Amino acid sequence: MKSCPGSQGMRRADHVAIAQFINKGELVLDVGCGDGQLMELLQSERGARTRGLEVEQAGVNRCVSKGLAVVQGNADADLPVYPDDAYDVAILSKTIQELARPKFVLDELSRIARRVIVSFRNYGHWKVRTRLFTTGRIPNLGHGAGWWSDGARRPCTARDMAELADEAGLKIAAATAVHGKPVNGRSLTRLNWTAEDLVFVLERKG
Amino acid sequence: MIAPARTLSGADGLKRLSVATPAQPLRLDSGRTLDHVEIAYETWGTLDAEKSNVVVVCHALTMDQFAASPNPVTNRPAWWPSVIGSGKPIDTDRFFVICSNVLGGCMGSTGPASRKPDGSYWGTDFPIITIADMVRAQIALLDQLGIQNIFLAIGGSIGGMQVLEWTIQARDRVFAAIPIAVAPRQSAQNIGFYEVGRQAIMADPNWRGGRYLDEGTRPDRGLAVARMAAHITYVSESSLKQKFDRRLQDRQTKTFGFDADFQIESYLRHQGQVFVDRFDANSYLYITRAMDYFDLPNEHGGVLANAFRGLATRFCVFSFSSDWHYTPEEARDLVRALNAAGCETSYVSIDTDKGHDAFLLDEPEYEAALLGFIDAAASARGLPKRKQP
Repeated sequence: MKSCPGSQGMRRADHVAIAQFINKGELVLDVGCGDGQLMELLQSERGARTRGLEVEQAGVNRCVSKGLAVVQGNADADLPVYPDDAYDVAILSKTIQELARPKFVLDELSRIARRVIVSFRNYGHWKVRTRLFTTGRIPNLGHGAGWWSDGARRPCTARDMAELADEAGLKIAAATAVHGKPVNGRSLTRLNWTAEDLVFVLERKG
Repeated sequence: MIAPARTLSGADGLKRLSVATPAQPLRLDSGRTLDHVEIAYETWGTLDAEKSNVVVVCHALTMDQFAASPNPVTNRPAWWPSVIGSGKPIDTDRFFVICSNVLGGCMGSTGPASRKPDGSYWGTDFPIITIADMVRAQIALLDQLGIQNIFLAIGGSIGGMQVLEWTIQARDRVFAAIPIAVAPRQSAQNIGFYEVGRQAIMADPNWRGGRYLDEGTRPDRGLAVARMAAHITYVSESSLKQKFDRRLQDRQTKTFGFDADFQIESYLRHQGQVFVDRFDANSYLYITRAMDYFDLPNEHGGVLANAFRGLATRFCVFSFSSDWHYTPEEARDLVRALNAAGCETSYVSIDTDKGHDAFLLDEPEYEAALLGFIDAAASARGLPKRKQP
């Protein structure tokens, strides 16, 4: 596929970080796909086949108008109907911290797909820790007016996410800061201090 | 005006092909067979050399094969001009589009208003048919035309039921499917409304036990009432309020009588009157009965997903927010089953106050999604790209 020079600036950094873990021809489910930017990137630059699930109907309609296969649905409720091993990869791009039932969704996705990729804000970053230490308040990594208005309903750290993955029977096959090089799961301490945004590639244990 | 069904003799200019003969009868779900079946159809666009650009359009209850050009019998305009035509989502410059009158219909296809081999009218001797039977006849028509594979099957309402049935019967011969404003099974509410309509027809003394064509009468009053009752279900409460509310028809005050005081009464009476001029009452009985019997989960072991398991067809399901005839919730049941079956599925719900009939109307978001899905499917099928305007 030819690259589109003008679109470089439009890409979300976490999308680019996720894309490096997708191989040609893989069938990918993007949970919380919004208006389909990541799906388009994965199709055009990684040669993946993509499907999307999005809770907001307006986003779904925009996706379908662009020729993407997307259904309206709620990850917290609609995943149980999907068959086992239906996908190569399931992606939660900046979505897991918005979910009502993140453990349930991760359990379901690891049943549906052989790999699950999550991108999330890391509340273990040193700036967050310092600010909590010095001001006594949970720092808001978003741009909201206060903790109650920010999108992130479940602030968690790299270690917290690793714990959830473990609980869901998953291991961290690879991890990367959105702006950085991939490392293996053992380097979590450093990532937890230094990365503001993280991508985990999770696989079933054993 | 004479209802078209009554003058059908082949001299009406309608295109039709024989799809069943005594040697090759049409086997029906009821167990009965039909030896003589003709299906009337219309086409637009050009069939490509590989026969790969075929679009099958399935019509709704009271429509006919004239989806994209005027009906020469009734002089009514095309019923889907916003969707089919040059430069439209179903682009007749790229696709070969075919729409046929359903089995049991009254625009040239064999139905209760047709004559039996002995010359008398079928009337209620005509066997009860199902949506699957209608599609069986359509597949036989395509076979007659030498067409094996369908690029796209599309239709709304009962046309959407046919689309679903196409993907199941013509397994892997349908590349893409767009079921619109439809449910995987007819609801009790809909069966109820159509039963009201059937009872109105059968209570009309001119119905004559279904033999009105032989006896030269017309159950117009009953058919008009059936149409009035059904029409209410095709629009929404809010659109009726907006269009008519309680406004009076050509008068300043109530008449204290049973004239059409209200605009809504006058409107429905008009809808009923124009309908009887173009539709056969027995056809209405048979087609609504076929809808009542439509229940995909029941036919697949109680699990809707089983109907679609292993299908390579890509689907795009459409629903409309104010449609209470076939609700968005029913469309979501269908979508969940398609996902569970592992089918490539898109689902678009259009926000509108126009109710069920919205599928026939101009809705920019609807047309944009249709265009996006169809273009992506055409590209995946390797069909030529759309000419940019």
